[in-house]
This record gives sequence, C-alpha cells and structure tokens, in this order.
Amino acid sequence: MRTNRRQFIKISALGAGGVAAVSSTSFGGSFLSIFDSSEDIRDIDFKRVPTYCEVCFWKCAGWTNVDKKGNVVKIIGNEDDPHCNGRLCPRGTGGVGMYTDTDRLKTPLIRVKGANGEEDTFREATWDEALDLIATKMKGVKEKYGPESFALLKHGSSGAHFEHLFKAYGSDTIGEPAYAQCRGPREQGFGATFGSWVGSPEPTDIRDTKCLVLIGSHIGENMHNSQVQELADAIDKKATIITVDPRLSTVAGKSQYWLPIKPATDIALLLSWMHVLIYENLVDEKYIEKYTYGFNELKEHVKNYTPEWAYGITTIEPSVIRKTAREMADAAPSVIVHPGRHVTWYGDDTQRSRAIAILNGLLGSWGKRGGFYLKEKLAIPKYPQPPYPHPEWGWEQIGEKYPLAQMGVTNEIIRCSIPEEDTEYKVKAWFVSGTNLPKSIPDKDQLGKALDSIEFLAVCDTMPMDITGYADVILPEATYLERYDGLRSATNREPSVALRAPAVEPKYNSKPSWWMAKQIGERLGLGAYFNYKDYADVLDWQLKKIGSSLEEMKRIGVKKFDRKSGPLYIGDGEDYEFATNTGKIELYSTELANMGHDPMPKYTAHDEPDQGYYRLIYGRAPMHTFSRTSNNPNLHDLMSENKVWVNPRVAKIWNLRNNQEVYLQNQDGVVSSFPVKVRVTERIRWDSVYMVHGFGNTDKHLTRAYGKGASDTELITKVSIDPLMGGTGMRGNFVTFITDKNLVES
Amino acid sequence: MKEELIISGRNLPHIDPHLSLWHWPISLYLFLGGLAAGILFFAALVTLFRKEEKYLGAVKYATIIPPIALSVGLLALLYDLTHLWYAWRLYMVIRIESPMSWGAWTLLLVTPISFLWMISYFKEYFPNWKWQQGVWNYASIAIDFINKYKRVMAWILVPSTIILGIYTGILLSAFNARPLWNNSILGPLFLTSGLSTGAAAIIVLSKSHDERRMFSMIDLVLIGIELFLITHMLMGMLAGSQVQLEASELLLGGEFTVAFWVFVIILGLAFPAVLEIFELIGYKVPAVIPALLVLLGGMIFRFIMVDAGQITRYLY
Amino acid sequence: MRYAMAIDTLKCVGCSDCVVACQTENNVPIGYCRDWITETVDGTYPQLEIELRSERCNHCETAPCVRCCPTGASQIVDGGIVIVEHDECIGCGACIESCPYEARYTHPEGYVDKCTFCLHRVKEGLQPACVAACPTKCMYFGDIDDPNSEISHMLKTRKQKTLAPEAGTNPHIFYLI
Repeated sequence: MRTNRRQFIKISALGAGGVAAVSSTSFGGSFLSIFDSSEDIRDIDFKRVPTYCEVCFWKCAGWTNVDKKGNVVKIIGNEDDPHCNGRLCPRGTGGVGMYTDTDRLKTPLIRVKGANGEEDTFREATWDEALDLIATKMKGVKEKYGPESFALLKHGSSGAHFEHLFKAYGSDTIGEPAYAQCRGPREQGFGATFGSWVGSPEPTDIRDTKCLVLIGSHIGENMHNSQVQELADAIDKKATIITVDPRLSTVAGKSQYWLPIKPATDIALLLSWMHVLIYENLVDEKYIEKYTYGFNELKEHVKNYTPEWAYGITTIEPSVIRKTAREMADAAPSVIVHPGRHVTWYGDDTQRSRAIAILNGLLGSWGKRGGFYLKEKLAIPKYPQPPYPHPEWGWEQIGEKYPLAQMGVTNEIIRCSIPEEDTEYKVKAWFVSGTNLPKSIPDKDQLGKALDSIEFLAVCDTMPMDITGYADVILPEATYLERYDGLRSATNREPSVALRAPAVEPKYNSKPSWWMAKQIGERLGLGAYFNYKDYADVLDWQLKKIGSSLEEMKRIGVKKFDRKSGPLYIGDGEDYEFATNTGKIELYSTELANMGHDPMPKYTAHDEPDQGYYRLIYGRAPMHTFSRTSNNPNLHDLMSENKVWVNPRVAKIWNLRNNQEVYLQNQDGVVSSFPVKVRVTERIRWDSVYMVHGFGNTDKHLTRAYGKGASDTELITKVSIDPLMGGTGMRGNFVTFITDKNLVES
Repeated sequence: MKEELIISGRNLPHIDPHLSLWHWPISLYLFLGGLAAGILFFAALVTLFRKEEKYLGAVKYATIIPPIALSVGLLALLYDLTHLWYAWRLYMVIRIESPMSWGAWTLLLVTPISFLWMISYFKEYFPNWKWQQGVWNYASIAIDFINKYKRVMAWILVPSTIILGIYTGILLSAFNARPLWNNSILGPLFLTSGLSTGAAAIIVLSKSHDERRMFSMIDLVLIGIELFLITHMLMGMLAGSQVQLEASELLLGGEFTVAFWVFVIILGLAFPAVLEIFELIGYKVPAVIPALLVLLGGMIFRFIMVDAGQITRYLY
Repeated sequence: MRYAMAIDTLKCVGCSDCVVACQTENNVPIGYCRDWITETVDGTYPQLEIELRSERCNHCETAPCVRCCPTGASQIVDGGIVIVEHDECIGCGACIESCPYEARYTHPEGYVDKCTFCLHRVKEGLQPACVAACPTKCMYFGDIDDPNSEISHMLKTRKQKTLAPEAGTNPHIFYLI
C-alpha cells in the first residue's frame, strides 16, 4: 500500500502582490521523482527573445521562449510593457501557432496562365524569379502610367517596409482597411472636436474611471489587451459601466446598465443624453465656458431631443436615459464615453463619433484622470536616406471628395482600379501586404471588378488567404517570431519602445518583409533608400540615437522614457489650447460648418429590415483577429467556426435549432459561400442576427479553416459611404435564412 | 431560456459533447464476468452440497464457459486500456477504495481457479485419451491432484464469485459523477443478473431434465429478484435529486427506453419468466429458449447501462 | 498548506487565454485541453444574466478520481494538488468516468492527463500559467491555509460558489460571484 499524500515543498508568500517568493529548500524524495519521470513537463530554462506581437494591432511586447532544441515553446508578456503588463491575450499566447502552422506559405509562387481555358495555377519559384518579376512590373507600370498607378494596400509591421519601398519608388497611393473600414470616423469625429485623433492604443484612462460608457464597443470580445486589463481594474474599483448594444455583449453582461438599443439609432440616444446633461444643468458651467466653443448653439440644437423623443426611436426608456446621463454627470470628469474602434456602421459615423466626442466635451473628460489622458509617444529618428520623390497624385487626391479623409481610403483606391469608373487617378497594379482584402473590404462586386481589372497583383503574407488566390506573385513572409521589424513606439501614458527580434530562423523558404522590400528596391535602383545590410543595423542606429542599443533592447525588450510633453492630465482651470480652429473643444464644429456640413450631429433614420430579414451585426471573438488567425492551430482549437446568433423568438418562427446549418442570404440576393451553424440565444435582439467576423475562408490551402462558418463581409454588399471621410458603413445589411440546402445548390 | 455552453472549443475525444469513453469491451467484460461468476458460484455450491452427480451440467459442462469467458473478458479489458504497457501497475498495489483494483485482484484469484476447475474434468471430457502414456501420465496425476482440492476451490469460489459478480455492478455504482450508475442497487442487481445468466447457461448445457428444472426454478426466483431490484432502482432515482431524475429519464422516456424495455425487461426477463413458469407447470417448452433469452437480455442490459450511464452527469 | 484557486466571474471575459497558456506551458496537444471556458446565459431578452467561468480540475478534497484509481496513479500530493503520475497510469479511464467536472482526458500517448495547477511552476514559486497569463487578473491562486494570502482574503470578502458541491467532492476552485 502506498499513501496518497506525498511530501511537497512549502511555498510561502504566494498571492498578495502576485510576486511569489520561493522557499523551496527541501524536497521529499518521492516528490522529486514525479518530476523526473514526467517527460511532458519542460524545463523552465528557455532562451528568451524579445518581440512585440503581430497577431493584432495592439502590438504587445513579449518574450518568445525557445527550448534547447530550437523549438518555439511559448510566448509570454513583457512585464515592463504598458500594452500588456506582462500578460498577453489568447492570440498573443497562441502566436506560437502562426509559426508552427504547416499550412503556411512556404516558397514564392508565380501564377501560370492555364492553356486553352484551363484554370490558372501557381508554380513554385525562386526568390530571384519572384522579386525580379515584381521589379519588372513596377518598372513597367512606372514607365507606362507613372508610379502613382501602383497601389500599396497594407496592414501591420510588414506593411511599413513596403510603404518605405513605395514612397521611394514614387507612389503614395497607399491605404489600409484600418482607416476607412474601421476607425477612421472616430479619428475625424474626435479630431473635429478636440483637435486630436484618438489613436491606438486609445488614451482612455479606464483603470481610474468612475463611469465607462460603451456605444457598441465590446471590450473583452475585442481583446485590446491593456484596455481589457483596465476594464477589469475598473470592475474591481466598482466603476459604473453603461453599455449600449443591441446584443448582450460580454461587457454588457458586466454592466450596471445595459441599454438594449434598437440598432442604427445611437445618435438619437447620444443627443438625448446631451439634452439631459444640458437641460438638467448637469454640466460644469465654468468648464464649458473656459474650454468649449458653441455651447449655446448646442443647447439650442438639442432642445427638442428629449429622452421621450429618443424613446420612440431607440426603444430605451426615458427614465433609463435620464438615470444614465446623471450617472455620467456624477462621475464627471472621471467618465469615458468610449470612442469605440470599429465604427464604420451607417455612413453617418463621423457625426456619431462627433456626438460621442461632444458628450465627452460636455462631461469635461478630455485630459482628466479617469477620462482621457494626454498621450505621448517617442519619435523614432529616421535612418539616413535620400528624400522621397513627390508623386503627382496619391491617396490624398484619390480621397479628395471626402474633406476629412486623412489617410488613404481603401475603397476609393479600389474604385480607381476599375477602368470604367469616372476618375482621373487610374490605378493599374496592387501590392497587398498583411491584409486579406476579401474579408476586410465590403461590396465584393466592386472588389471583384477591381481584381479583374488590375494588371498585376503581388501579395505578401504568411498564410494562404482569400486574397492570395488572386495574386500573380505570392511572397511568403516570415512570421513575426522569425524577423526583425521597425521599433514599436506607440502613444501611451509614458513613451516606450519595444523591439522585435527573430527568435528562430525563418521556416521553409520564407523571408522577412524588410528583406523583400530591400531586394525589390535594389532591383529598381533604389539602393540608396536601403543603405544597410541587415535591418538590425537600422535598429541599432535608431536605438543608439534614443539612448539605447540593440544589445540592450535584446536584453530588456521594452524601454520606457520620461514624458516630455508635460503632465498626463490637464489641471483644473489650467490654460490649455486644443488644436482646433477656435483652440477650444468644438461642440459646434467650425471646421464642418466651413465645409458646408452639419456642424452638430443630427439623427437620421436608417433603413430597417424587411419582414423576414434581420440586421446583420458582426463583431469580434477574443481568440481571433479577423481571418488572419482562423487557421492558427492553437486558436482554431479554441474557436473553429462562427455561428449565427438568433433570438429564440426568431428561431421559433423559422423553426431553427441550435447547431442547425443554414445559409444566409442578404437583401441583394447574395448567399453565403458556406452554411453557418445557428446559435439560438437570448443574447441578441429579435430584429438582428450576430456573427463573429473573419470566418468562411475560401482558400482550400487553409486545411483547418477552409469552409468553416460564414463570412459576414461577403454579405455586406450595401455600403453607406461616410461623406466626411469616405468610410464604408456596413451595418445596413439584412439577411434571411435559407434552411433548405437544395435551394442554394440549384 | 437557459443556455450553457463551452465557448473555448473543448472537443476532447470520447468526452465531448458527452462522455463515451467506455464502449463494448467494458460492457462485454461486465457481462462475461457476471456470467462466469454465476456459473462458478453454482458449480461451487453444488460441490459443497456434494450434489455433483445430480447437477453435472453445473459442475462439469457449464464450467467450460468461465475460463473462456474470463479470458475473453480480460482480453477485452486489456484492449480497452490506453496505456497498456503499464497494465502491470494494477498488481503493484491493492487499493481497497477502488473497485477496479479489488476487481483486478479478484480476477487474478478466480481466473486460475476457473481454469483448474475445467482442467479437473479433462479426463471426463476426453475419457478415451491415452492418459496412461508418457507425459500424459503426469497430466493425469496433476488432474487427480487438482480434484483432491475441489472442495477447497469451491470454498474459495463461493465468496470470490460473489465478489466478482457484485463487483461488476459496484465498478459502475462507485462513480458518483454518473447519476445513473451511482446507486447501491447496481451491485446486487448485476450480481443477481450474473447469477441468472449463469443459471441460464447451465440450463442450456445441462443434459438432465431434473437439473434443467431445478435451475429453471432458481432462474425464475432470480428473475423475480432482478425485476424487483430494477423497480427499486428506478423508484430510488425517481425519488432522488434532479440529476437522478434526468438519469432515470433515459430509461423511462428517453434515448434508451425502447431498448431497455423491449430487450431487457420484456424479452430478457418477463418473457423467459413466463416461459419458465409454463414449463414448470407442465407445458412443453424447450428450456433452451428462455435461457438464451435471459443470456441475451443480460448482455444487452450491460451495454445499455454502460452507454446510458456515461451520458448522465452533474449539472452546474 | 492547501492550494486553491479563486476565479472572479465578474471580471472574466471568457477570452480563453488561460486555455492557450496552459496548452503552450504544459505541451498539451492540439485538440486537447486541461482548462476551458463555460458560458451560462439565463433569462429573457433584455433581462439577462451571463456568467463566464474558466474551468479545470477542481483539485477536490475528496477526489473521486483518486478514490477509484486502481493503481494509485491519480494521487493527491501535499498542498492538495491532484495529479496523475503518467508512469503508473494504465489508461483504464475509471478516473475520467468518476470526475463530475469531466476535467480529465486521455492523452494521445495513452495516459490520463489533467490540470496540475502547474506544479512544476508552483515548485519554482511561480503562479500557474493560466493565472500568470490572464489579462483580467481574474484568477487568484495560493494557499487557503494561510490567512494572509490574497486568495484567503478574496474568499473572506467575496461571495462565492463551487461547482457541483452536491457531488460531494469538496472542490477547491472557487468562483467569486
């Protein structure tokens, strides 16, 4: 007989403070044997290489742990990093899967035209062949149409290297879906109000807030790391959380007030909140006087926007509207009406973001503890290079009809790629890096036409995605664990830089994008712009300029710097000039008035679904970053497909059961490529359905993700363009269910 | 509406969406173990009462089954082990609180005896064999030696077969995580069922009318007890907590209801009981038919209990 | 010395970082997991309650898996941590059948595997991988026999529950509610 209990080391001081002290002095003999005999428990003595995460845009700094055999074992957060505080999110932890995924792009591929009507195929190519081809095409486009006609559509760290290449080449026809398909409207809405973009990470002082108001923003499902961490801090500190969402999002489930709003009516609610704040005298008059412009105009403007008026539109009870407005006022200025992140919803999104910004202005939360802190980042010196040439036109001209557009409007670049379209800016070829356009750009007809029309498409990615299928050349990129990239310097409470260094050699025949950019540049005779042997030289040069070195950064990963722009918050009554026309918070936007647009937001009714149709609402799951992670073995393991959320009442009408597969058809008759499983749940309103974005992958090379779930993007064919900045409003699409498979296949 | 779901994609083989770890090898083993225990119990009892001559079917013919049944059952068990090369670990400890441990040890005791018992009849099975020649002479001596200790073996067998028979039920009932299994009736129920199938096997192999009649009567009593125990078990569940109510639902209006009532209760117990009563009161019924039905019913009963039990779980 | 975990359901967003962190820390094969997230929703729109729980082995005081293990491979080591010694496991599955939480699985190599509270890390004075990774810091791990530990403090000051206490297992994962 043996005993069940064995001697075990004593550990004291585990707990409070989180840092555990070890007092492991004596081991029972039998205890030790457990560990010695268990092969699956790895030693803790790993090689640690600093990185910052590339699985999403938050760019948390971490440590890649490599074992003695050279296997990437795990990735953990860097304790000194303000983006993650030593704790990565599931995607960051699962970033290992990006490296180990055997479906990765392994070698350069070149399209071979099918003879006599046969399908095109890809053939494996050498790097020289692929890079020569791209260089030749870039030269060709330059000679025939001018370099401006070669567009770069990109995202993420690798995009930056190609941006450098394109600017050196003479093209500023550059765009990323992160603007016009995502957060553009809020940057312009806040810009028009406070003279400052929100930026990323958002300067929301959530950890110290007393009241957090979320308008359709589902923090916790969007795993923006430090923001989620601060949300948890706010919960600990018993902050009031008010969530406006037609769906019981995770954070709505943690909110004291969940306002289950009728979709597309947010501006009405925001206006009525302003009404309550102003007409119940809940605003700080001195503050309003000193820091804001146009209060009286606003007061007049919202006079009739009573909670009772809003009730009829939003279905939110007037008493709840009043109560929540008072909660905000009670907490002011430690209150955040969150700008959100993906805000391209209904086409009047800049105005909605303005309404959110105005509310913050009324509550005085900008530059206040518990509101918005004054962010700062460190400028990284530019490595010596000749000045860029000046293109004759670029993203600014392409987006010129949108007065507030301050970044390339992807959808306009795509439109300009269709020869029949009325534009003087003709785009003839694309280079796509790190963004899977068919899953990020709505209106697949337009995208399809553009893809058909362009003369050349090069795609650089780590994975075969929907977009790689359209490519003429595919460049297999090394994952972020295998490459150097530019230093991460982002706005935060205190400036910091983070290093990404390769932990392992690139797998297969993949290469880092800085290398590809340099190689193409040299083939184009632009060697002067790439005056280094290894990107490490650039990093070391830059780091030495800011008082560090590559050697130091490899040891510490993240280095913090002192603020230079002054305190984190604006002092009470302190003079402060906002970067607006009036130098004040513009409740009434002089900029918009000058352009002939509404200076203050108005509520306009949006389309509603016909009978039998439901508004398609999409969002995030914490374990995925759009489609780019859908095939990641670790993350696919957590969530392999999306489901369409259906209210039980709707399920009853349609006789839908949990996990039943249905096809979705939108108002324009577009049917989802794949069936999607039903989740019958009370968490979604009866006039809407909900899906997590990024599934329904069409590339068969994704052995895990292919055909799993449905793509919301392909069902978004009706796009409401924001007249102010060109953003694509995508929440005005309605779907119905096709339960009979035969109807789809016939 | 109440929803409960695992959102991080748990999809463990044989565990999600519901437990189905134990399959036919376990069910088969439980049946064969019970059958072997039943036959050996009667063989031992007959021996202790010195009625071997009268009940030859029990002591001589049916006892061919246990060594085969136990061997097949053991092979099935081994087949089911996922870490087979460590199976010897079973015999490095005796863990009283683990039914599987003492079951393993009981098997280690009963299986050799079942072989010895069978071997003790080799000379009778093959009377014309050259038992006096060469090595066979030694075999003959060995068989005689075994026969000398027949009563000792019988003394050992009576308690150990009861343990074996009851263990096949307790193995399951010890799992409080599985509400369908987790009732103290299951041990006696499986023991009774094992004895009943044992009696049925004896009836099938017996050559004597009297013996068949005797075991038919015994079987009838056992069937009665079994029906009583099943009723008792279901009553207990119906008077139990939510998890037990849901467990009983499987047999009383759920997935396994038809199989349970048609194959176990009606064809496996009630119908053979009626046939046996008919036979006892003088109607001419081939005794083999009810016996085979009892055997089949007993086996299906094990399969249903193993499969259904794994579906039942605690709610939280 | 009694290790336990308290998990704050009010803070947990169900991101599943604990699941991946465990997978990479303990070399859990793809397709398997030692911990997972459960979501329960109750009510009718819009009167709804949602609870998210990170679940794993409950390291029960009266662990049914330890009781039914025929070889003693499943055992409780000092500190109350329930482990499976792989070299003693025959893969009979009795412990999997016995667990009301279905917290165990058969490793592709044949033995039964489960959460160990990251014993190898605890030995080094580190928190279990899931606790160390959790972005919301909703998990507290420590010694509940030590009245000054953070977990003891949380259990003293917060309302809590355990899972299926009626199974008589005396579980040691506490959910703060």
